[in-house]
Amino acid sequence: MNQLMRFSRLHGDSKVAPFVAILVVLTLLASMGNLLMPEDSAFYVSTYTITLLGKYLCYAMLALAVDVIWGYCGILSLGHGAFFALGGYAMGMYLMRQIGDRGVYGNPELPDFMVFLNWTELPWFWQGMDQFWFAMLMVLLVPGILAFIFGWLAFRSRVTGVYLSIMTQALTYALLLAFFRNEMGFGGNNGLTDFKDILGFDLQADTTRVTLFAITALLLAVILVVSHKILQSRMGKVIVAIRDGESRARFIGYRTERFKVWLFVYSALIAGIAGALYVPQVGIINPGEFSPLNSIEMVIWVAVGGRGTLIGAIVGALLVNFAKTKFTAIMPDGWLFALGALFVFVTLYLPQGLMGLYKKMMDKRRPDNSDSHGSDTEGKNAEPAVKGGNV
Amino acid sequence: MSALTDVREVMRRDQVWSFLKDEQKQVDVSHEVILYVEGLNLSFDGFKALNDLNLYVNDGELRCLIGANGAGKTTLMDVVTGKTTPDSGSVYFGQSINLLQHDEADIAQLGIGRKFQKPTVFEALSVFDNLELSLKQQKSVLPMLFARLTPTEIDRIDEVLNVIGLKEQCFMQAGALSHGQKQWLEIGMLLVAEPRLLLIDEPVAGMTAQETERTAELLTSLAGERTVIVVEHDMEFVRSIARTVTVLHQGSVLAEGTMDQVQNNPDVIEVYLGEAP
Ligand SMILES: Nc1ncnc2c1ncn2[C@@H]1O[C@H](COP(=O)(O)OP(=O)(O)OP(=O)(O)O)[C@@H](O)[C@H]1O
Ligand SMILES: [Mg+2]
Repeated sequence: MNQLMRFSRLHGDSKVAPFVAILVVLTLLASMGNLLMPEDSAFYVSTYTITLLGKYLCYAMLALAVDVIWGYCGILSLGHGAFFALGGYAMGMYLMRQIGDRGVYGNPELPDFMVFLNWTELPWFWQGMDQFWFAMLMVLLVPGILAFIFGWLAFRSRVTGVYLSIMTQALTYALLLAFFRNEMGFGGNNGLTDFKDILGFDLQADTTRVTLFAITALLLAVILVVSHKILQSRMGKVIVAIRDGESRARFIGYRTERFKVWLFVYSALIAGIAGALYVPQVGIINPGEFSPLNSIEMVIWVAVGGRGTLIGAIVGALLVNFAKTKFTAIMPDGWLFALGALFVFVTLYLPQGLMGLYKKMMDKRRPDNSDSHGSDTEGKNAEPAVKGGNV
Repeated sequence: MSALTDVREVMRRDQVWSFLKDEQKQVDVSHEVILYVEGLNLSFDGFKALNDLNLYVNDGELRCLIGANGAGKTTLMDVVTGKTTPDSGSVYFGQSINLLQHDEADIAQLGIGRKFQKPTVFEALSVFDNLELSLKQQKSVLPMLFARLTPTEIDRIDEVLNVIGLKEQCFMQAGALSHGQKQWLEIGMLLVAEPRLLLIDEPVAGMTAQETERTAELLTSLAGERTVIVVEHDMEFVRSIARTVTVLHQGSVLAEGTMDQVQNNPDVIEVYLGEAP
């Protein structure tokens, strides 16, 4: 019996802790490199780099959100950009109201674009957004409630597979069109920009930039650990069971749609937080973030890193976005083709992504160890992900 | 009349607060019958898969269902477990529980377990995890999130692992098991849930003679405490376990009785056993 207990504990080990440690150390080094090193030092990290890294980390968080539902539950959302953008807009509205009378028109109450549209008072949904706590609440509530309603309708009617993916695309596309309209009150196609400060700190200051970057890294680590815990729990096992055989899970008594709805909401919350962290760092949010193409790109990050591994999603997002930055500097128009080629390559030759490759290499290195109890966490999630994701 | 029932239904105090509801409704078997299937009709695009089917199964019985391919055996199980809704007819679990008003998850929670014709286990999870999820427990989201393995649960799983002979493979991925082992695991998933009624579709397909024999032993030992309904094509196997056999033919019951009675029934001989001596 004790042996059984010990086994099941052993069985839950993973590489999350070392990964978090690396993330924290690198974040500290980069932050110190910016704040403490003189500009001519070899260890100096430019503020541009810090902001770029912060942006990548937001994408990594977004990829994590996609992996939680796609990798573990087989729900392929092609509309996660919508939750990201909504979180971003909530943050953007707060930042917009912090500008106060420093805008071009100097109106203390109304953002510039509203003055430009000859509006005379703040629309109701902008009320309260000058309060940081309220805006942060909206960062969570808006994506969360949208995900709940969407998930509840879709999963209760047992919509799955391609149909669900198409619905999520339609969702983000509809929001794209809506946010493009000036009458919506979100700045139309220019979106929200020209932010000045956050909680009284100047957004252009190095310290603010570094702090935002560090907060992003920290939250990413926290969300990674929490997600890992959730997926290791018995609920997480139900999630994987749903991916492998939803009707079987129903026949042993699980209301699978409820599990799916809550996981979907959880995933949308992560995406919303990522969006909220993204906006102050890049300094703009516009309807382009709702573009269906963005949402497809996220899925590719996860596929490259290896779905159903969490860490893989983060690594995939970081690497692909780094490649994107490099690539677009050389060949701005070629990126979409490169992305497509990458997707085809990964699908054909690396179905389990980089994490799958890494695991295979580790297994080869110690062949005696890997087969004896055949299923450590990564292996058990990575293998059927191929099945879980077939759309 | 039905308005009165509606009113009664609305007035039920225990329905107002969910905590007043019995989690596991007690099955009322005061009349000895645990499963009532009456006048069941179901057609798929005009094809009558179930045709005025009547079936009564006593509490603690081991019942074998036989019938040619397409006789409607699996479809009957689909209806009982809430997967398919019939066109007409009624299905009661005990005296009081109308199964047609419940969905799959509810029916499972009421204590009806099912093994599929094609073995279906959760391939990515370990054998242990498969059993852990099948345990009788609160199966809603929050309790599952905070559930911890208790010593009692471990004992229960261990016990079942011994019965199904998969102790060695405990931490193996279920997907890596052989066909026969998957069948056993699925049976184990049923056992660990301690259901009142087990519906077992073709348990010995793909098993060796030895495994088949063990399955027969297991099923016979279950009967009494639990009610077992087995669908099987393997006549030898049916003969070895059956007390009462029901023959289905074209969606309705053709004959019922002991194996010998059934085999000597002229209707059965004509349509089903006719060609075999
Ligand atoms: N979802 C469905 N749609 C259309 N026809 C169906 C469906 N399910 C079952 N049928 C038909 O209903 C009939 C009864 O099928 P069922 O699976 O119950 O047979 P069975 O007695 O279990 O046979 P077997 O011994 O081959 O398992 C078959 O002719 C089958 O083709
Ligand atoms: Mg069948």
